[in-house]
Amino acid sequence: MRWTGFWIGAALFLVLAYASTFMVTNTFFFFVGYVMLQFVVLATAWNILGGYAGYVNFGTSAFFGVGVYTAVALFKAFALPLPLQILAAAVVGTALGVATGMMTLRLRGIFYSIATVALVIILETFVVNWKFVGGAAGIQIVRPSLPSFFPTYEGMLFVVAAVLVVIAVAVARYVEGSWIGRGLRAIRDDELAAECSGVPTLRLKLIACGISGALMCAIGAPNPMYQQFAIPGAAFELPYSVSPLAMALIGGTAHWIGPVLGALLLSATQQYLSVTISSELSLLALGVMLVLFVIAAPEGLVGLLRKVGLFKTGTVRPSNEKGKGT
Amino acid sequence: MSFDFELLRDAIVFGLLLGCFYAAVSLGLSVAFGLLDVPHLAYPAFLVLGSYGTYMLYTLGFDPLVAGVILTPVFFVLGILMYRIYYETFEKRGADSGVRGLAFFFGVMFIIEVAIIQMFGVDQRTVSASYIGRSLEIGEMRIPNRLIVAFIVALVIAATLYLYLSRTFTGRAIRAVAQDEGALRLMGANPVAIKQWAFGIATATLALAGALLIIVAPIEPTLDRAYIGRTFCVVVMAGLGSMGGTLIAGIILGVAEEVVKIYGASWAPAISFGLLLVILAVRPQGLFGR
Amino acid sequence: MSAPLLKVENVSKRFGGFTALDSVHVSINPGERFGLIGPNGSGKTTLINCISGSLRNDTGSIVFGGEEIGKLPAYVRLRRGIARSFQIPRPFRSMTVLENLLIPIDFGGHGQSSRQAMDEVGVILEKMGLASKADVMSSQLSQVELRKMELARAMAARPKLLISDEAMAGLSSSEIDEVLALLFKLNGEGITIIMIEHIMHAVMRFSQRLVCLEAGRIICEGTPQEVVGNARVQEAYLGA
Repeated sequence: MRWTGFWIGAALFLVLAYASTFMVTNTFFFFVGYVMLQFVVLATAWNILGGYAGYVNFGTSAFFGVGVYTAVALFKAFALPLPLQILAAAVVGTALGVATGMMTLRLRGIFYSIATVALVIILETFVVNWKFVGGAAGIQIVRPSLPSFFPTYEGMLFVVAAVLVVIAVAVARYVEGSWIGRGLRAIRDDELAAECSGVPTLRLKLIACGISGALMCAIGAPNPMYQQFAIPGAAFELPYSVSPLAMALIGGTAHWIGPVLGALLLSATQQYLSVTISSELSLLALGVMLVLFVIAAPEGLVGLLRKVGLFKTGTVRPSNEKGKGT
Repeated sequence: MSFDFELLRDAIVFGLLLGCFYAAVSLGLSVAFGLLDVPHLAYPAFLVLGSYGTYMLYTLGFDPLVAGVILTPVFFVLGILMYRIYYETFEKRGADSGVRGLAFFFGVMFIIEVAIIQMFGVDQRTVSASYIGRSLEIGEMRIPNRLIVAFIVALVIAATLYLYLSRTFTGRAIRAVAQDEGALRLMGANPVAIKQWAFGIATATLALAGALLIIVAPIEPTLDRAYIGRTFCVVVMAGLGSMGGTLIAGIILGVAEEVVKIYGASWAPAISFGLLLVILAVRPQGLFGR
Repeated sequence: MSAPLLKVENVSKRFGGFTALDSVHVSINPGERFGLIGPNGSGKTTLINCISGSLRNDTGSIVFGGEEIGKLPAYVRLRRGIARSFQIPRPFRSMTVLENLLIPIDFGGHGQSSRQAMDEVGVILEKMGLASKADVMSSQLSQVELRKMELARAMAARPKLLISDEAMAGLSSSEIDEVLALLFKLNGEGITIIMIEHIMHAVMRFSQRLVCLEAGRIICEGTPQEVVGNARVQEAYLGA
């Protein structure tokens, strides 16, 4: 089972993340790290529907924003602790994902994509008009006291993001190797042929929508605590929609490692560019890279690595032997 | 809020004029997406690009409408280039073009947005001309001239495009390519060349439409996002590729937006997208679709 | 005579103002080799789309193995035992031939273990003459190999009824013989087959019973000789 190796790696990663909260004193490290991990989760979540099934979600920021505001609303109303905020956001995200899917997934893929763009604007407008969470002007978040086993707030949120990364990647990896993943792949290749080969296409797409939505909302939840502020303009910002999509496509959509690589590489580049030059230019770089990659390297980084023989994948075996192939 | 008849009447008249303008800016998308089946998400970005092009010529002393006309051939060529890239990299490869084709246009939209920000900054831009700023007074009603100009030019664009598609040989070929590529090939026409031409025309309408956009209201670099909702809403509501439907759908959207604004302007951005979602969920073939 | 395997009664389908099927009746017995002919646009593919579930019939009933299936989604109909090939092959392009066949096995609802599944795929590939292509990407196959893979993928679902939609279009005459022999072999194993074909000598040789559609209506039904000898059929094909 390749899962053993995966869990050892994941445990090591979490231990390192936790240890770093004691060893690293530079808060900039956590600032950059948190953003990078956040994008790993978003890109991985996007890829579950977009990469495996070929349905393009342009509304990642809608889900992210809903995660942010689920947390804000619950924190303000009941002072709910962060883990419960994240859990609640995941539930809301599942519901939102499935509902959006039910409305449009019977139609051609492009209509789903347009619907997700619509979702961003509609939900943002809704939050702008929602006075309880601050409306257009935003809302200040006063952080509750820090749990004693973390030295700093930045460190704690960094570890929270790391845990969410492990969950997201494990879920993606499981989906990819399971019957769900194989069904989604058949859907992406030819939906009609898939349906006529016994694949319950609508149900699988809804499952993918739900999982993807849950993860996107979940990583939105700790964001207000991290920013100590939430404002609709930022929570529903377009870059949250473009970046995960670009990261997954640039990294490669066929394998779970693709979005992870893409997210690490791109968010590092972006943060470097926005610090050294300007944030607009870093977005421009993202757009240009996206266009270049979809034209010139349709399989993404993973495809490039595979071409030079640095990255191997086994043949896929029947799903009840999951784990043998990746 | 007490019912105010005058407000409602104004909203309907404004909505009607604005609606024709919405139809005019959506016509090209009706061709590109409705007839040619190209998921042209960057379409609204080209619209805003048309507005900034107009603004640039305006600062050089041209009248906005004249600027729009001057830009039309430039946009035609731009459209042909865009289709060329899209065709070579996605359509020709077939099967797996979906995700990447969409991502491509999304990326292009993004590049255009940021490029505009780099060149013009994020501030709003306006133009002025003799027909901007004054109003026509009918009884107690005041209708801004800029809206009337936009309305008239919009109708001219719509009528021209309609006549072109239904009366000329190329126009009919464009409609035919949407229905049966094979038959067209048998007739000795090259479907790719026709699509390319059609995409050029679809993009060309955006030069003048962009001029109208900056005449109607000030523009900013990210205005295209609102117009993703408006243009796709109009085209989907009309039924893909229906030119007459586009006009009616535009008017429905225009009136809906203006009426909602009476009750709360902050809800306005969601109107077009909300309508779009409702149509997708309830009647995806559109009001006038097959 | 035993109860029919498939009974299509009074089925109509309209697309907007166009009537693609006009109260069609077809009854197919278990183990039968059934041919469906008709000029282009006569509604053959629409009929099998209605049977396999890619389209819903507007009126009438479709009964398969004693159960009304007209409202079931396509994937459920596959699990009930109706498999089809497509006129234009629709492989899962990112998968190998073997992986293509595993889809209907994974989702066909027969609950094989993975070892059984691999054995079953091996047998089918052997039978279809595709054994050497198991690990080839389906996007690299030749036309005749694609046709065979379409049939193999349909077979992997363990169907009771196999619908072959122009599986021989564009093949050379020796390739036609090859595919025809395959279909005979499958029928010999007890699978009922509906063959839609333009290649007359093939469908004449294969079918025990033949139906001719024109403009969405059945204009003739009988033995291949009867149908081909029918004046209306000749008119429909030669053009009136």
